[in-house]
Amino acid sequence: MTNSAPTQTHTLSVLVENRPGVLARVSALFSRRGFNIESLAVGPTEHSEISRITLVVNVEDHPLEQVTKQLNKLVNVLKIVELEPSACVRRELILVKVRADATERQHVLATLEPFGARVVDMSTDSLVIEATGESAKLEALLRVLEPFGVKELVQSGLLAVGRGSRSITDRSLRAVERAA
Amino acid sequence: MTEQGSSSLRAPELTGAQALIRALEELGVDTVFGIPGGAILPAYDPMFDSKQLRHILVRHEQGAGHAATGYAQATGKVGVCIATSGPGATNLVTPIADAYMDSVPIVAITGQVASSLIGTDGFQEADICGITMPITKHNFLVTRAEDIPRAIAEAFHIAATGRPGPVLVDIAKDAMQASAPFRWPVELNLPGYRPVSKPHGKQIREAARLLGLAKRPVLYVGGGVLKARATAELLELAELTGAPVVTTLMARGAFPDSHKQHLGMPGMHGSVAAVTALQKSDLIVALGARFDDRVTGKLTSFAPDAKVVHADIDPAEISKNRTADVPIVGDCREVLTELAAAVRTEQAADRGGDYSGWWEQLEDWRTRYPLGYETEAGQLAPQYVIERIGKIAGPDAIYTTGVGQHQMWAAQFISYEKPNTFLNSGGAGTMGYGVPAAMGAKAGRPDATVWCIDGDGCFQMTNQELATCALNNIPIKIAIINNGALGMVRQWQTLFYNQRYSNTDLRRGAGVSAAEDHRRIPDFVKLAEAYGCVGLRCESPDQVDAVIEKAMAINDAPVVIDFVVHEDAMVWPMVPAGLSNDEILAARDQRPDFDEESE
Repeated sequence: MTNSAPTQTHTLSVLVENRPGVLARVSALFSRRGFNIESLAVGPTEHSEISRITLVVNVEDHPLEQVTKQLNKLVNVLKIVELEPSACVRRELILVKVRADATERQHVLATLEPFGARVVDMSTDSLVIEATGESAKLEALLRVLEPFGVKELVQSGLLAVGRGSRSITDRSLRAVERAA
Repeated sequence: MTEQGSSSLRAPELTGAQALIRALEELGVDTVFGIPGGAILPAYDPMFDSKQLRHILVRHEQGAGHAATGYAQATGKVGVCIATSGPGATNLVTPIADAYMDSVPIVAITGQVASSLIGTDGFQEADICGITMPITKHNFLVTRAEDIPRAIAEAFHIAATGRPGPVLVDIAKDAMQASAPFRWPVELNLPGYRPVSKPHGKQIREAARLLGLAKRPVLYVGGGVLKARATAELLELAELTGAPVVTTLMARGAFPDSHKQHLGMPGMHGSVAAVTALQKSDLIVALGARFDDRVTGKLTSFAPDAKVVHADIDPAEISKNRTADVPIVGDCREVLTELAAAVRTEQAADRGGDYSGWWEQLEDWRTRYPLGYETEAGQLAPQYVIERIGKIAGPDAIYTTGVGQHQMWAAQFISYEKPNTFLNSGGAGTMGYGVPAAMGAKAGRPDATVWCIDGDGCFQMTNQELATCALNNIPIKIAIINNGALGMVRQWQTLFYNQRYSNTDLRRGAGVSAAEDHRRIPDFVKLAEAYGCVGLRCESPDQVDAVIEKAMAINDAPVVIDFVVHEDAMVWPMVPAGLSNDEILAARDQRPDFDEESE
């Protein structure tokens, strides 16, 4: 995942109807058409009828067009927008459990500040660290923490939102309201 | 509808099962094919009382599915099949996949175990929505009575509009047993479903411009033209431009075979003229076709000099296999109408195309490499049988086929003049499609003569529907092209596996030499008779016409003719799998000489 392959990474923000089974339809489509999902995050939007799936796919441009066209054919998919890295805010969240007893604790804590990371749980021999950011920053943090001993890493899928005042949910919501 | 009008305040309280039947009636359904079972049982009770629905009790759910497909392809309406949960539903998987590949509008209704049992591995439980997700246009799991009418209405809408396809509605048994107010019509709630039918004017004008500039254009016509009911518009555009036309396996009948601009079928077993025209063209105008691998051969060497105008109602088909220079998303009928108008504008400005040089070359290929077959004296050639059926039954008959050699010969040697007269399993290649599809076509078009051209291998996959046909007064005619082998597989063994006929012989018993085994297993004539059909046999060329005419004269029972043909006949021309269309063989070891005329 960290290797820079010759293919390109694309971030898709997919608005779907909030119904059972929609995630299965989307993910099954990827596997059956031979597309690779690198990261996936699902959650509600500001409208209860609509969920958002944020997908990171690693494909050539031509298959990407196929991905979006095939996704668009799913009846429960409302809208697909590709978010260009330069025009959006992208964030991932990690929770890292690091081995750290009383003697090492201060060393670990000292590494966190430059990354804006913080401690959210502590025990006699471990710390849980929370950090958010773009993946390059999180990778850098992990490299720093690794020598202490990472016992567990939990990482979210990528979330992204376009910069500026425009919302991609608005128009889709109007379509939902018209149909309802 | 009437009840709604008379007592507008209160919608009648119906069980989910009653609501299902009422919804089907409101949608104008007249025929459904199915088999009852535990979970779907509630639906069969109100169906018993329906004056409008004719339920045809099949012998296997696969038969119900293909019958719904045959019905849909012959009538243009949505076909309906119905089955119970678990194995009933999974038996529909093949025909659903088949309809998906060929974009046929069918609605499959399945019973599901009660909602409280879903997910518990209940008796006859199968996750049919999960199973059919990749082979349906959409599917629904309905667990509440009040949701049934809308799910059915949405299923029909999705199946029939845009690029047609199969839709499955899985209904939990308790949803059919519970009651809810029945309201009709229902409002559809499909905010994510917006098929585009109107083409973009700019792209249409560009297509017309390219047609004017082209020297070697081909209209590459696919099944989308039939689905869009656009055959009249196609004829108009073809005659307006004078461009040659090829019709794919799914589009046979979309353009009259007798028309002088028709070069025949392209693809692996297409005519030399059709395959080569595409290959050497400078402009391909694809209309409701999808550049399937059986048409293109090796994709990277397909039509290397051609620009591509690709019109399809499914945006995902455009540039999927072959990049389109001019993409047109739209319904073929609208595309053809607007394209004809745009071409007229070009022609009026003296920018019409001149294809006279192209036609000289095409005529040369057509004359030098016509479709044909060899016959040896006394031997019954399968192509001859099929050709004679086509001649005697004529262009008004509907023909269905199974899959394999007989299918290709039926595509090659019958002249199709009218739309929706050739029904076959193109994309999925489903052996066993022929008999139930013919049954469905005849149920939908009782006025038409329906012939199933089948192979002895295919026939044995679904022939139990003969009982259904005999009992329900569905007098189809079946020609078994009986070569005692899985013929197309055998052909590949002949050509590519050194004549090692591994498991393709259907006639001879284990350990018995060919010369000794004269048993007929099964005896198709006796089998037909056992099913209440008329069984006939034909073993020599001089009997062929008489036996076909005899079958044509019988209209009160299904007829099965066992045409015992020789087993070595092969389908030609052929582009061997994976090779370029430049490698087409007109006949065995016979490569057309294209270099000569291009020097």
